[in-house]
Amino acid sequence: MLYDALVAPFVDYPFMRRALVGALATALAGGPLGVFLLLRRMSLAGDALSHAILPGVALGYLAAGLSLPAMTLGGLGAGLVVALSSGAVARFSAQREDASLAAFYLVSLALGVALVSLKGSNVDLLHVLFGSALALDDTALYLLAGVATITLAALALFYRALAADTLDPVFLRRVSRFGEFAQYLFLSLVVLNLVAGFQALGTLMAVGLIMLPAAAARLWTQDLTRALLLAGVLGALSAYIGLALSFVAGLPAGPAIILAAGAIYFVSLVLGRAGGLIRNLTPRRHLEG
Amino acid sequence: MGRRLLGAAVTGPGVAAIALENVTLGYDRRPAVHHLSGVIAAGELLAVCGPNGGGKSTLLNGLAGLIAPMGGRIGRGGAAARDFAYLPQAAQLDRAFPISVADFVALGALRRKGIFGRIDQAESDRVANAVAAVGLEGFETRVIGELSGGQLQRALFARLMVEDGGVILLDEPFGAIDAATTDDLLALVAAWRAEGRTVVAALHELDLVRRAFPKTLLLAREAIFWGDTEKALTPGNLAAARAMARAHQADAAFCQRDESEPADAL
Repeated sequence: MLYDALVAPFVDYPFMRRALVGALATALAGGPLGVFLLLRRMSLAGDALSHAILPGVALGYLAAGLSLPAMTLGGLGAGLVVALSSGAVARFSAQREDASLAAFYLVSLALGVALVSLKGSNVDLLHVLFGSALALDDTALYLLAGVATITLAALALFYRALAADTLDPVFLRRVSRFGEFAQYLFLSLVVLNLVAGFQALGTLMAVGLIMLPAAAARLWTQDLTRALLLAGVLGALSAYIGLALSFVAGLPAGPAIILAAGAIYFVSLVLGRAGGLIRNLTPRRHLEG
Repeated sequence: MGRRLLGAAVTGPGVAAIALENVTLGYDRRPAVHHLSGVIAAGELLAVCGPNGGGKSTLLNGLAGLIAPMGGRIGRGGAAARDFAYLPQAAQLDRAFPISVADFVALGALRRKGIFGRIDQAESDRVANAVAAVGLEGFETRVIGELSGGQLQRALFARLMVEDGGVILLDEPFGAIDAATTDDLLALVAAWRAEGRTVVAALHELDLVRRAFPKTLLLAREAIFWGDTEKALTPGNLAAARAMARAHQADAAFCQRDESEPADAL
């Protein structure tokens, strides 16, 4: 029974194995990235950026049809333009980053919808928005795995800079030349993961696999390194449970994975040992000192 | 605190650590520091006093290189702005960030080790010494969010010590700090001076300035007085500073003062 639900789908069907590999890659890199988004109080920025990617994807689609490289390149271009220019606007104008990001992504989203409506049916648009985890080809898998590798390597390499920039950006800017670039590097990584994730889960769902495991992980630990690891693990767990659920219940894979991640988040919210509801609302005896 | 705390500092009698030549600093074309000229000697302990809005923080921001002068020149005696250690008013720090006190203090080593370098034994010793010097022993593994305001200020001082800058800029370092903590931190400032470091601090508590700072710049957009503290903080000068601060002009014209001509040196 349990074997039929949890193991058999992946043993019997190659497309399920491919979906699992793709979703695991997305989750392992997305989780740690989400922890940094959370710490930077940019939880909603991922959502905004995922919308910003749409016109690029649409342009790629207009130019080459449902071609992965074209749509990926387009999405990457649009996402980077929005992320980096809104970061630059925040740095060099009086406007704060949340306002500039909102302005840029709204314009970008409107452009995207307008472009998609020029050509193509709504079915195609749904495909772009909600992904096709059960139809990943080799190119898509290489892209997902490549992006995950780059992301984890960059997070490891620039860990100190990213942490210092999140904690005290003025200090980092003062003591290191890298202070100017930490923000841009980070936003580029977010865009890269969102663009890759839109293949596996769709632009909208990719954000879920970045933010939900990160939010859940922060409810279990105060320690940053542990939170980073835990977010990746919880994301991978969500990917696995979600895919199995989608197979058994006949649900689309993307939403099923996000629902699994959501379930893990709600359990963490109630039971989490670092700020969960039960822990926070239960009076406990105070310590001596 | 008798032992020598940190490594060598650039010093020498009569050497200018900072030379201001007709410096104007501000935001959106409005000067917060207007045509300021003067010299801060190496090894000097200088208090910057004046009314709120008088330009104290702006001056320190300018010295730290975080804003560029709108006019004039800031000489740093061959050092770069990034060589100056600078403690801004604490609010800019994200206290919710999960980092231990020891790691936080160790960030001071970034200047030497960069973002990739390993924190070796020498740096670890430096961190341990600094944590001990500010009286935070036993707090090394606590996260900074659990510290009180005074303890956080001690941690920030420890990070400054690890930075090991020859020039240290402090913006309201004793803002909401109790007397005991203030005394401890003042002792550190005195020790820095004994090591030959230059310290410039924006302060509003005049008693404290009289007690611990030999030189004072009384600043209200322009220098009211720059020199010995007892001559700076006279009732007449303080009244003049207050009067200057009130004169905000909503429809100010362009400043016509000659940029090439230094304003009256003090």
